Amino acid sequence: MIELKVNGRTQSIAADPDTPLLYVLRGELQLNAAKYGCGLGQCGSCAVLIGGEVVFSCVVPVLLAENKEVTTLEGLGTEDEPGPLQRAFIAEQAAQCGYCIPGMMIRAHALLRKTLTPSDAEIRRALQPHLCRCGTHMRILRAIRRAAQEMRSAAVEPRGTAAREPVL
Amino acid sequence: MSAGLSRRSVLQGAGGLVVSFALAPAALAQKAAPQPALPGSLEDAPFLDSWIRIDPKGAVTVFTGKAELGQGIATALQQIAAEELGLSFATPTVVTADTGRTPNEGYTAGSHSMQDSGTAIRNAAAQMREILLAEAARQIGIPAGQLRLEAGQVVAPDGNRRSYGALAAGLSLHVQAQPESKLTDPAAFRVMGQPLPRIDIPAKVTGGEAYVQDLRLPGMLHGRIVRPPSYGARLAALDIDAVEALPGVVKVVRDGNFLAVVAEQEFQAIRAMRLLAAAAQWQEDATLPDQVRLPEALLALPAKDFPILERYGATPSTPGRTLEARYTRPYLLHGSIGPSCAVAQQEADGLLTVWTHTQGVYPDRKAIAEMLGRPIEQLRCIHVQGSGCYGHNGADDAAADAALLAAALPGRPVRVQWMREQEHAWEPYGPAMVAEARATLDEAGRIADWNYGVWSNTHSMRPGPAGSLLAARHLAKPFPVPAPRPLPQPEGGGDRNAIPLYTLPSARVVHHFLPDMPLRISALRSLGAQMNVFAIESFMDELALAAGADPVEFRLKHLDDPRARDVIAAAAEAFGWSQGKPTAPGHGRGFAFARYKNLAAYCAVAVEVAVERETGQVRVPRIVAAVDTGQVVNPDGVRNQIEGAVLQSMSWTLYESVGFDRSRITSVDWSTYPILRFDAVPDSVEVRIVDRPGAPFLGCGETGQGPAGAALANGIADATGRRLRDLPLTAAKVKAAIGV
Repeated sequence: MIELKVNGRTQSIAADPDTPLLYVLRGELQLNAAKYGCGLGQCGSCAVLIGGEVVFSCVVPVLLAENKEVTTLEGLGTEDEPGPLQRAFIAEQAAQCGYCIPGMMIRAHALLRKTLTPSDAEIRRALQPHLCRCGTHMRILRAIRRAAQEMRSAAVEPRGTAAREPVL
Repeated sequence: MSAGLSRRSVLQGAGGLVVSFALAPAALAQKAAPQPALPGSLEDAPFLDSWIRIDPKGAVTVFTGKAELGQGIATALQQIAAEELGLSFATPTVVTADTGRTPNEGYTAGSHSMQDSGTAIRNAAAQMREILLAEAARQIGIPAGQLRLEAGQVVAPDGNRRSYGALAAGLSLHVQAQPESKLTDPAAFRVMGQPLPRIDIPAKVTGGEAYVQDLRLPGMLHGRIVRPPSYGARLAALDIDAVEALPGVVKVVRDGNFLAVVAEQEFQAIRAMRLLAAAAQWQEDATLPDQVRLPEALLALPAKDFPILERYGATPSTPGRTLEARYTRPYLLHGSIGPSCAVAQQEADGLLTVWTHTQGVYPDRKAIAEMLGRPIEQLRCIHVQGSGCYGHNGADDAAADAALLAAALPGRPVRVQWMREQEHAWEPYGPAMVAEARATLDEAGRIADWNYGVWSNTHSMRPGPAGSLLAARHLAKPFPVPAPRPLPQPEGGGDRNAIPLYTLPSARVVHHFLPDMPLRISALRSLGAQMNVFAIESFMDELALAAGADPVEFRLKHLDDPRARDVIAAAAEAFGWSQGKPTAPGHGRGFAFARYKNLAAYCAVAVEVAVERETGQVRVPRIVAAVDTGQVVNPDGVRNQIEGAVLQSMSWTLYESVGFDRSRITSVDWSTYPILRFDAVPDSVEVRIVDRPGAPFLGCGETGQGPAGAALANGIADATGRRLRDLPLTAAKVKAAIGV
């Protein structure tokens, strides 16, 4: 059994230790946000945080997440109580099909934990590993800028990963 | 244009008109007494309650045969129904494509959803509103004109009121639509025309259950397919013992060359799939063309020629200057970020239900039923959103895969998702194409004569027939690949937008239809329009250059359609075209225009490009698009579609080409098929909407595809002084053209 702490909840998982984290999140834990896109770490749609750092859950064995804090998009808010980043993506209507968006948001969340004043170039650099096929890139950029601005003006912490959590 | 004609041609062109359950009696009745055409898809499903139902408690449900693909159609249709029924936006619920519940509207394709379903729902809602008003007037005893609508109630001046639910309960709304409706005046719109937030986005940005990939039914199993290594490969040897012994494996399914494994958990299925793939030996043939000489290979295929325009005007008395050029496009991926997926369940009573992200639940049902040898009544296809499809990708095939596995394991739902390499290697591509243009300029710098030919496969191999499904072709008793057919004008397939909208006194256009399909192909967003607009608009710039004319003025000089002129003017004005070429070194600008299918939305695009001489890398500082899509229902939805089209087309134009050797597809992941990434995304993309209140819906999902790529090509030519005619316009080609 593997002890896994996801979005603040610790659970015991029976999966083989070399099962990619993605399948545990989607299967055993029934979480939807992290998506299978390529299984190769090329598209970013499976991105989650382990200990505050972005990883591609499609290529990370679940064993490597043991005893660490795993955060998925579900950890940043809910449909009824969306977090600031989620509110910004809704406000900018930053999705078409939306399949890639959870990964983009996890990446943005990690960036905004490091700085609430990212330059446009920094945002683009951070998102470079992520693919969007619908062409919603301009909206994604706008949503992240909006979230940063709202977080600055409201001085709210991005939800989910506790600020006291040490960054790897 | 006739919306009815164009809708029909799409349905027929794609493999036959499938008759809706609600249609048959009406169709017979109409034969007896011909009536004027009904608006939009009402023509095919004429009963009001096929579209809108009001229960006794006043709950309003809107039914559309179109599917939400992430384009925002469900939101727009909800706006339309709410507007015409006098309800708040939030009141009606929209039910999308489902063979058990909704009208048959064929495919969600061709930018037809607003024209077909939007028009039908708008008219049905308006007619239902008038019926409710008339009934309330009768009950209250005052003229309908004195009643008003308020939050699902009809209210009299004295406060006397009737709820929609109570009114509907006492009426039959199973009535035929009328040709004319009392539509709401655009000046009075409350809900239409507003940039309302999409109803599907909150779940998508919070990890809600938003996709067929997220469906989890009780007892659900996971299937994976082992595809052959190449088209036509045959399974020669297979040992499944080791696979069946793996933990969690429930069944190995083999039927001819169709090979799959089903397991309790998803990653168990993937492990088993890998072992099964390693255990399978295939015989392969080298049947693919030489990719290095792909245009020559296409031109060498047998062609059926269809002259689609023959206009012989006065030939110029003095021969002018003649230009000739050839343009090519490679095979293109749809490239959904989420590989295709479906869930299917075989019930004990015989019903097989398939949850699928197909673009056409009815045609897919027909194909799957034929494949399984069952009557269509035993199958139900329910659309659930998937990753964006941009045309006919692996969705229908995944639905067939899931149906085959569910049929082999009655009682338990089976979920199938394709692997990345399977989506890349097996989806039906957008066809490779070749276009040749020749034109003569007269002394006044006008086009006096125009000749254009385009060589292409069909652009739709969608279901209907079972043979359109991948799995059906691999079964021990395989279904043959259906005979390809050219999609007819005026919408066209490979020849979509092959006829320029420009005023040309003398012009001939030939569609050289290529029945042989060396690679698996089908419909990709905008079909042949992207290539034809790329070729025509590139050639227009070449002609403008030869005539010493400004590219925008040259286009306007050959255009009479006032709406076309307006979008060109809007894009040029927003871009600041009159300020001249950008002065920064290596910078250039490009312009392009088309009216999609020559009968749908108008779109003009202006771009600024910056070419790095040392590498040939193209950067795009700025894109401006102008669009006229008729009456706008959700302006932010239109902007989102145009922005997306522009960026996707940019990706096609600069980077994309399916790779293959003589037997196998070699583009099997995102490193062997690179697409746009954030470092190359423009600094700004601006969309100007030319609003046309009260005009018919024209749709906007595909109109940007052609002009965006062509404007980019023209920008690169302007920046470098070199014309590139073979897509994609990669950095290597740009660098080679500059010659540094």
